[in-house]
Amino acid sequence: MTDQLKKIVLGEQGLVVIFVVAFALVSLLVPNFLTDRNMLGLLQSVVTVGIVACTMMFCLAARDFDLSVGSIVAFAGMVAVMASNYSGSILLGLLAAIACGAFVGFINGVVIAKFRINALITTLATMQIVRGLALIASDGRAVGINSPDFYQLALSKFLGIPTPVWVLAVLFGIFGFVLNRTVFGKNTLAIGGNPEASRLAGVNVDRTRIWIFALQGVVCGIAGILLASRITSGQPNAAVGLELSVISACVLGGVSLAGGRATMSGVIVGVLIMGIAENAMNLLNIPAFYQYIVRGVILLLAVLLDNLRSSALGRR
Amino acid sequence: MSFLDFSHITKTYPGVKALSDVSFGVDRGAVHGLMGENGAGKSTLIKILSGDQHADEGEIRIDGKVQAYASTRDAFDNGVIVIHQELQLVPELTVAENLSLGRFPASAGVIARGKMLEDVGAKLKSAGIDIDISRKVKTLSIGERQMIEIAKAIMLDARVIALDEPTSSLSSRESEILFALIDRLRGEGKVIIYVSHRLDEVFRLCDSLTVLRDGKLAAHHASLKGVTRDQVVAEMVGREISDIWGFRPRKAGDIRLEVEAISGAKLKTPASFEARAGEIVGFFGLIGAGRSELMRLVFGADPRSGGTITVDGKAIHAADPHGAIRAGIVLCSEDRKHDGIIQGRSIEENINISSRRHHARFGILNRASEIATAETFIKKLKVRTPSRKQDIINLSGGNQQKVILGRWLSEQGVRVLIVDEPTRGIDVGAKSEIYELLYQLAEDGMAIVVVSSDLPEVMGICDRILVMCGGRINAELARNQFAEKAILAAALPDTKTPDAIAS
Repeated sequence: MTDQLKKIVLGEQGLVVIFVVAFALVSLLVPNFLTDRNMLGLLQSVVTVGIVACTMMFCLAARDFDLSVGSIVAFAGMVAVMASNYSGSILLGLLAAIACGAFVGFINGVVIAKFRINALITTLATMQIVRGLALIASDGRAVGINSPDFYQLALSKFLGIPTPVWVLAVLFGIFGFVLNRTVFGKNTLAIGGNPEASRLAGVNVDRTRIWIFALQGVVCGIAGILLASRITSGQPNAAVGLELSVISACVLGGVSLAGGRATMSGVIVGVLIMGIAENAMNLLNIPAFYQYIVRGVILLLAVLLDNLRSSALGRR
Repeated sequence: MSFLDFSHITKTYPGVKALSDVSFGVDRGAVHGLMGENGAGKSTLIKILSGDQHADEGEIRIDGKVQAYASTRDAFDNGVIVIHQELQLVPELTVAENLSLGRFPASAGVIARGKMLEDVGAKLKSAGIDIDISRKVKTLSIGERQMIEIAKAIMLDARVIALDEPTSSLSSRESEILFALIDRLRGEGKVIIYVSHRLDEVFRLCDSLTVLRDGKLAAHHASLKGVTRDQVVAEMVGREISDIWGFRPRKAGDIRLEVEAISGAKLKTPASFEARAGEIVGFFGLIGAGRSELMRLVFGADPRSGGTITVDGKAIHAADPHGAIRAGIVLCSEDRKHDGIIQGRSIEENINISSRRHHARFGILNRASEIATAETFIKKLKVRTPSRKQDIINLSGGNQQKVILGRWLSEQGVRVLIVDEPTRGIDVGAKSEIYELLYQLAEDGMAIVVVSSDLPEVMGICDRILVMCGGRINAELARNQFAEKAILAAALPDTKTPDAIAS
């Protein structure tokens, strides 16, 4: 019995099983959980984490790390709002936000790949620099959005589902494809599996790593725009601690911190599990302070599970 | 009943029966050889002995007592010590500290240095190991580290010591010292299990021998008197292999690879050589002679500080693997685990990692052709695997080597194939398959460079041998000039005589 349970939980489909069980339990035990309104709310609440998780997955799969995502999301949101207010063109604002995100990511990538500085340290530094830039740009205050069209990004719906959720779904699709069906995706996994062997097999390791961080920046830019639109302003203090939620979701989704192992479906499940936990706690009126503890415990369990799973795989 | 008894050991992994009903015994004061091809079950048996794995059925008895270990630590405490190929020492600590690790003589947490040095020194002296115990392990040679690893077993008063391929990275001289130590341990009444691919060593060292094949006991020789090498090889592979080299003469064509005066950070003396189409050129030398360093420069794995490399008359300017591959030079590295295989990824991905760029369009993979490529090379190179989706880490060394060869052969237009220690840790059956493949590729016009520390191997398969010593190419011999003594003499630093190690 326990052996079988182990097999299911640690097997390839283990995550999906855990997810289905968690979902069923929460649906039964938490009132008002399984309603249309709550489901849409849940999806909207995971948009930021989910979008950033798409590229964090690549980062972790290549044995790297990115702590600067939260700051980039806040900074990109600020840039989007300020640039569109200033120029009067929303499109220009959005492009500026994405460009800024890409630029920070590119710098991360170059420092890490070319100058061989540890990714943890590099992104810890850019995390603070970029947060500082966001604070300086607005003098520490929130900047309101002038044009109502900007709100519409987050408010508009297509087929009854909010646009940000569509964006999330499309990005899930794109990055799932990129991971499994492109040279870039396979190279990312190979680098995570064995960086030196990949280099000697002709993979341009430095370039791939720079691309991964640059893409991470772009995606943070998109997440920052949608977040600013939802909260109707650019907040320099937005998305604090986002990096930890994103990494938790990825690890929960079976992405190995040792690199070389990642699946999009796993990450999606990881993101949803985090979302469901938070949503259920809110419905149950669990005070915010306790929620920290629950999130921490979930992360610990996730890492433990990752550990068990790798040793189960290694034992074959 | 013997001192150490394996009784009806059976172990099943998902999809494979690693060991089935294996029984044999070993007496005290005996060195017992354990041979078999890769995947025959040697490692599994050793893992069970060391407490790392548990047998599904059967038991191990020492001195009549059934042993059931919860962990390797448990086996340790019961005097069973396994010395793996990958050594487990802490480089930054001294020899004495490494040997006392976990059992430091201390009071109130403060290490009694004097006592530690005294204890360790006495033990090593009695074992006849002559190494300065205050040196840091990172300053020792691999051979010396191996000694320290064995010294660990001596420190713990081990009853059973298992050595897994202990000489695979030792020079002949270092091996000699190791053998002397093993002889001494035999004299002290220890049981020694000696796992090796090298027939010479097994015949020289062992008193008795067990051969495994496909997880079953293929043969057990209580004494090696009257047992022939051919017989043991036949027991291992289950068929007769008459001439493992199977050399086939070929005609050499035009010069394919021309290396002129290249040097780099790890190879100060500029080196030059050439290789012709259809030719197999061997590089022999002791460990540290600079052969691998030279090949890494040719392949662009390390940056070169000078010299030129020409393939078919065209100079290669790029000094990275990417550029070398495009120019038609490929390298199978010596250290398969670190530089070759991509752990955690499938055979299919390991084969396609480089050649996929020929089929991909706008960076999007061509799944059909990747599958076809993988299947083709799995079949062509006889990779033994249930599926192309298998994680490469689950393959035996020989099959991993074949996958890496497949990686390069799937590249179109390889002109120069460099293989560094292509058969290290590989069993006899797979070895002759790899040689056969090299001959075929040479016949098809490739220039092949073989780096090997196995003298019979380079003499058996190469058309020409270059001997390196101390970072320079010391001698060059054509096939009709091959002579063991001459080659060894060129490989050794001046002061040593070749007779000392030509065993």
